[in-house]
Parts: sequence; C-alpha cells; structure tokens
Amino acid sequence: MGDAPEPDDDKPDAEADGGVRAYTVRLELVDEPGELLRALAPIADNGGNLLSIHHERGNITPRGHIPVEVDIECPPDRFDGIVEALRDAGVNVIQAGEEHYGEEINVILIGHLVETDLSNTLSRIEDEANAVVQDLSLAAPDGTEAVASARARLAVNSGRSTAVITAIRSIGTDKDLTVVEPLVGGEA
Amino acid sequence: MDLAILGAGDVGRSVADLAAEYGHDVVALADSTSAAVDPNGIAVQDALEHKVGGEPVGTADPEDVFDTGYDVLVEATPTTLGDAEPGFSHVRRALEADRHVVLANKGPVAERYEELRALEAESAGSIRFEATVGGAIPVLSTIEDCTPQAVTAVRGVLNGTANFILTRMAAEGLDYEHVLAEAQDLGVAEADPTFDVDGTDAALKFVILANVLADGGFALEDATVEGIQSIPGSALGLAAEDGRTIRLIGEATRDGIRVGPRLVPENGALAVTGTRNIVQIETRNAGSLHSSGRGAGGPETATAVLSDVGRLPSL
Repeated sequence: MGDAPEPDDDKPDAEADGGVRAYTVRLELVDEPGELLRALAPIADNGGNLLSIHHERGNITPRGHIPVEVDIECPPDRFDGIVEALRDAGVNVIQAGEEHYGEEINVILIGHLVETDLSNTLSRIEDEANAVVQDLSLAAPDGTEAVASARARLAVNSGRSTAVITAIRSIGTDKDLTVVEPLVGGEA
Repeated sequence: MDLAILGAGDVGRSVADLAAEYGHDVVALADSTSAAVDPNGIAVQDALEHKVGGEPVGTADPEDVFDTGYDVLVEATPTTLGDAEPGFSHVRRALEADRHVVLANKGPVAERYEELRALEAESAGSIRFEATVGGAIPVLSTIEDCTPQAVTAVRGVLNGTANFILTRMAAEGLDYEHVLAEAQDLGVAEADPTFDVDGTDAALKFVILANVLADGGFALEDATVEGIQSIPGSALGLAAEDGRTIRLIGEATRDGIRVGPRLVPENGALAVTGTRNIVQIETRNAGSLHSSGRGAGGPETATAVLSDVGRLPSL
C-alpha cells in the first residue's frame, strides 16, 4: 500500500457531481493474512467506490489490531448500507462518516471486575450507554479474584459524552464498581 | 489596621508573624485556652515562642480579645463542620460590634454562608475569606475581579495531600496505603488524613466557591463527594497507558458541587504534581484562567489573610 495517497484532511466531504459523496471509514483489523481484502469486499459489493486506503501497519492498537482508514465515495443513501455490510462481515468499524462516533472518551472501572462479569459490564456499556468499546486494558496485580482495574476507550457520538458517562456511572453503581470518569468540559 | 487573631495554629501564628511586614499591628492573639492582649500591640515574638514552647500564649483570657480595640478579627481557629462553631459565633460577635472579619476557617463560609452574609448586611464591618480556598492562590479575588456573574464554573485540585498521594502512586506504581504511610512520614499527610483523602476538605472549598458564584444556597451536604481511598496503583498505570492520570478534581457551578477522582490529560494544566494546587476559573467572556500555587501552609495562607486585610475599607 506504499503508493496509496495520504488522506487529505482538507478534502471537502461533499462531492457535488451526480450526488456522490466522499466518506471516511475507520476500521480496526485483526493482523491476519487476507483480512484487508475481506474488509474491503463489502464496500464494492454495496455500491461504494474505493478512493484510498491508509493502512497504519506500524500503529497497532493495544488490543493488537491494525487501524485502517478507507476513503470511499457513494450516493448518500448507500452509505449506511455499506457500514452495515461491513459490520455484518465482522469488520470492526470505529468511525464512519463525520457524525458517527466523533468523540472518544476513556473511563477506568475499579472493583471486583471479574466476579461482576466484565463481559456483561462491557455489553451494558455498549447497549445502555450507547458507546463502542474500542479498546480495553485490564490490570489485576493481585489476581482476578481481588480488586482489579480496567480502562476502556470508548467511541461515542459527538455531543453525547455527558449522557454516556451518566449511564456508565449508573452501571457502576449497580455493580458496586468505582468509575473514574474523564473531566468533560473546560480545558483540562 | 489593628488585628485580633483567634487561633494560634500554623496560620494564626504566621499572620501574627507577618503582620508588621504588611503594615498592620497585632493587638491580640489567642488559642482556645489563653490570650496575649495589648491595645498598643502585643509582643508578637514572645507570644509565638510561648505557644511553640507549649506554654500559654499570654496571661489574658480568650474572652478578653473581644473587648480589645481591634479593627479586624482574624478567624483562624480549626475548621468545624455542621454548625461551624465556635468559629461562627466569633464572626457574629465581631460583626455585631461593627468590626471586619477575615476568615481562614472554612466552616462558617461553607456551612452557614447566608447567615454570615445577613450578619454582614447589618454590620458596618465586612467579611473576607480568600484564605479558605487554595491557600496562597488568589482565587476569590480573581472571581471578584471577573465578577461572580461572569464566572460559569471553577474546577481544580484544592487538596495537596490527596494530590501528593496520587502523584506518588502514579510515579512509583505503589498502592494507596503505602504512599499514605510515606506521606505521613514526610509530614505531608496528617496522622488522621480522613478529610484530605475522602474529599471533604476539597469539597468544603468548592462549596465556598459555589456559594460565591450563586450568592449562597450550598452547604457540605449538597456536595457529591468521592475520595481517593479506593483507587489502586494499577488504575494510575492504566491511565498512563493512554497519556492520562487521575487527580482528585472538584467542580463548582451555580448548580452544585462535585468532588471525585477524575481522568485528566497527564500533561494538562490540571495534572499538577506533589502538594501543588490549581484552580481553573471558567469565564463567560475571557475563556479559562488558571492559577496554581501552594494551597496550604502557615506563611502561604497567612499571605492570603493579610491581602484580604489590605482590601478592607477603613471603619
């Protein structure tokens, strides 16, 4: 992918001609052969035209995934279908277009994380708080039976941080977990 | 101005010690059991030596202080919660006698703000309390300069002990109990650090700030407060993975007060290290202002008291 053009931040995201618009989709791929090709197929299959791929091989997420940024163009009414097809194919879509998941927040959860079913906690964060868990880091220096800490990086819709944090706080109260929230607002 | 100082702890003694440098006379200095009183000015160094040596501050009774011809009562007795006594009664007596009061004691301003303002309205004297929030840092005078109406929120770190503990935990990867013991050895944490680590001390300061912004209406019971005792060292390690750290952050707005451990950018303004304090004053027209400095200590807090004395009109 060495000759792929670098994504241009200044590129207008509207393409007037023929009602086709350009979109940027951010994916996280498992580091396995064929994964990139598999992720791109649903785009073409659903009427998207691939403009550029920025494959950040050197920049592996803490979860061991490789971030990939794909610029595509398609008629606006096809875009949601493309994102859905990607997700149906098991591709991890982090960000799609401008308005989706425009903000990222971190929270730290502290307590008996394993005993209180960490996997259920994360599902509840995704469902009740309407956030996407992008990355999870767990520290249990005294074993999983003891008090452990987890940091979750969440993608949330723009302007929804406060609502998401409020929802996570109530999940924390339910499960008797300490929630260390980010300071939202002000120039921290 | 002639100062009568109630309370001979670190702050009261430092006010007495530095008063002359700021052009003021000390006519009384009292602790809870005795007082040095002289309308022509007490021998400050003698009184301080007595106190530090464990002897009575002077030969007079603490009650005699109120009969002295003072201009400003400096209320520097220990902070108490609830009815904020005996500090509140000290302030009331001075105001009823038409004298000024400068407080270093947080109790009356946090717990009984409206009553203080009502007493002030009936008095020729006024009250000031810069020293109750952020020690040496000019917080309340900055808000006063911006006018409280133009300040939308105040956030920050206003407890040096909790900040020291979190800083050490992050730097050394140690757990809370270990670092607390170290802080006690260093004299950074008191033998009973409860109010510092459970957020109460910081909350009192943010309650005072909310009272200033909203012109009253808040007491400690209105604040949502969480401490740092349940933060393990591993949580600070996780925060650092993403360029963040945890600080005990308070927030005061007209809608309420919240104090608790929060994630902040590791290199951001609010992530001060050690015992340092910081406040961020969010204004409507001037963006955010940050002031950082020493939030505690005798001489540091005394400078805030003496700056307040300097702002008082003559009676």
